[in-house]
Amino acid sequence: MGSLTRKAAIVGVAESDCGTVPDKSAMELMAQATKRALDDAGLTKKDIDAVFCTALNGMPAARLAEYLHIRPVYSDSTSAGGASFEMHIQHAAAAIAAGLCQTALICFGGTPKSDPEPFYRFWHDPRAPEHDFESIYGAHVIADYALAAQRHMHQYGTTSEQLAEIAVSTRKWAALNPLAAMRDPITIEDVLNSPMISSPLHLLDCCLVSDGGGAVILTSPDRAENLKKTPVWILGCGSCVTHNSILSMPDLTVSPAKRSGDVAFEMAGLTPGDIDVIELYDSFTITVLLQLEDLGFCRKGEGGILVSGQRTAPEGTLPLNTNGGGLSFIHPSLYGIFLLIEATRQLRGECGARQVPGAELALCNAIGGHLSCSSTVILGRD
Amino acid sequence: MAGYSKPLPNTNPESLPFWEAAIKHQLLIQKCRECGSYRFYPRSICPHCLSYEVDWVESSGRGQIYSFTVSYRTRSAEFRADVPYNLAIVELEEGVRLMSNIVECKNTDLKIGMPVEVVFEEVTLEITIPRFKPVHLL
Repeated sequence: MGSLTRKAAIVGVAESDCGTVPDKSAMELMAQATKRALDDAGLTKKDIDAVFCTALNGMPAARLAEYLHIRPVYSDSTSAGGASFEMHIQHAAAAIAAGLCQTALICFGGTPKSDPEPFYRFWHDPRAPEHDFESIYGAHVIADYALAAQRHMHQYGTTSEQLAEIAVSTRKWAALNPLAAMRDPITIEDVLNSPMISSPLHLLDCCLVSDGGGAVILTSPDRAENLKKTPVWILGCGSCVTHNSILSMPDLTVSPAKRSGDVAFEMAGLTPGDIDVIELYDSFTITVLLQLEDLGFCRKGEGGILVSGQRTAPEGTLPLNTNGGGLSFIHPSLYGIFLLIEATRQLRGECGARQVPGAELALCNAIGGHLSCSSTVILGRD
Repeated sequence: MAGYSKPLPNTNPESLPFWEAAIKHQLLIQKCRECGSYRFYPRSICPHCLSYEVDWVESSGRGQIYSFTVSYRTRSAEFRADVPYNLAIVELEEGVRLMSNIVECKNTDLKIGMPVEVVFEEVTLEITIPRFKPVHLL
């Protein structure tokens, strides 16, 4: 048992309204998700003594705490893009284990579909030191991931068809999720024939732009044992940041999931072969491929072979992104919280048509920024 | 040159020598006087050994394409007229990487590993931007 194994459990999860929500602010979505997650846990707002939140600017944990009249004794606005929430789990588990707080709210809401400007500005800070050496050339975030995909293809012979396998299998899972935005089946040809956005990434290699939010409640073992739902234990977690801008990524074919995954697996005393359900950040199809390799589900360079033949689809042997992912369910600029929500529900057996039978161990890995920040959380039930 | 409407660098003190040299068609990179490592983008402190002792040295200007992409869509109004345009990460002979555009080359001819060399585009009176073109080996 590692230092944070079974020191905290997820006891409540919920999404806010999802999809296109033009009549609600990001803060309203967070409040709604929080209320629903507390109901899911059978807890009240008074039980929360720690707040974890991220946003595209400002002091998000303080803002959320104020909006909901919470006065947390522990707060954290760690900003690691889409990977923030898995880092929040790591930090919250450590804080709970150290006795600094007992019940943590981890929350996010975003409205980039109805209000895209803040999201766009987030990626283009003219005062950032690397800005002068990227933006003048027309750099943008999709191109960053495309550069990684191109390099992976060059180095390992990965094909667009193999990347498309991921989009196709994820859509099959989305068809089983009533909340998913995109549920109509697609084929590999559909992906390859969709408009090229930044070569080699097509439109259907890219995640959605959605409105939506989510909340996760984490608490101590004592409290977790006596709540409505089966506790979902944190068994292992790890984080790593290798760079910020794509220009400074040490190797475009190796993500920081390599290190964050090693730490999490070691803490949990598990290996990739033990995992029943895999929830990976799918900002782009290439993001998934890199994580599968870096987390050890196959060897480096063999991700394309691993995902071939729809192995990751509902009928396959490697259940991956069972909610339909950022590619087909939801992606409100930062997606990581939805990985945790889905993994928790899978381990509780609440997923209906998309339930992975007998799932006992799940892995969430989120990658944020420009393939910059990774955080791994391994979850299990009794 | 007139009416260049794309983003321009801020040329803060940390990076000013780079941009001043570019006007003279020189590609300067930083080399740490203590640990000898090259670095890019410019910073006043060495990210390897935290020394402030630095030399600005002229790069050979030659390197190869480490990766590239051709963008067909962009949210940026300044680049919308240019699609499809390429972006490349160029690895210089000195080992550091720069982002750039590859000019004098069809997008369909771009290849990882392609040898390239720096060229300079004077976009305003104050700013000259380095880009790269293929080296045609005889």
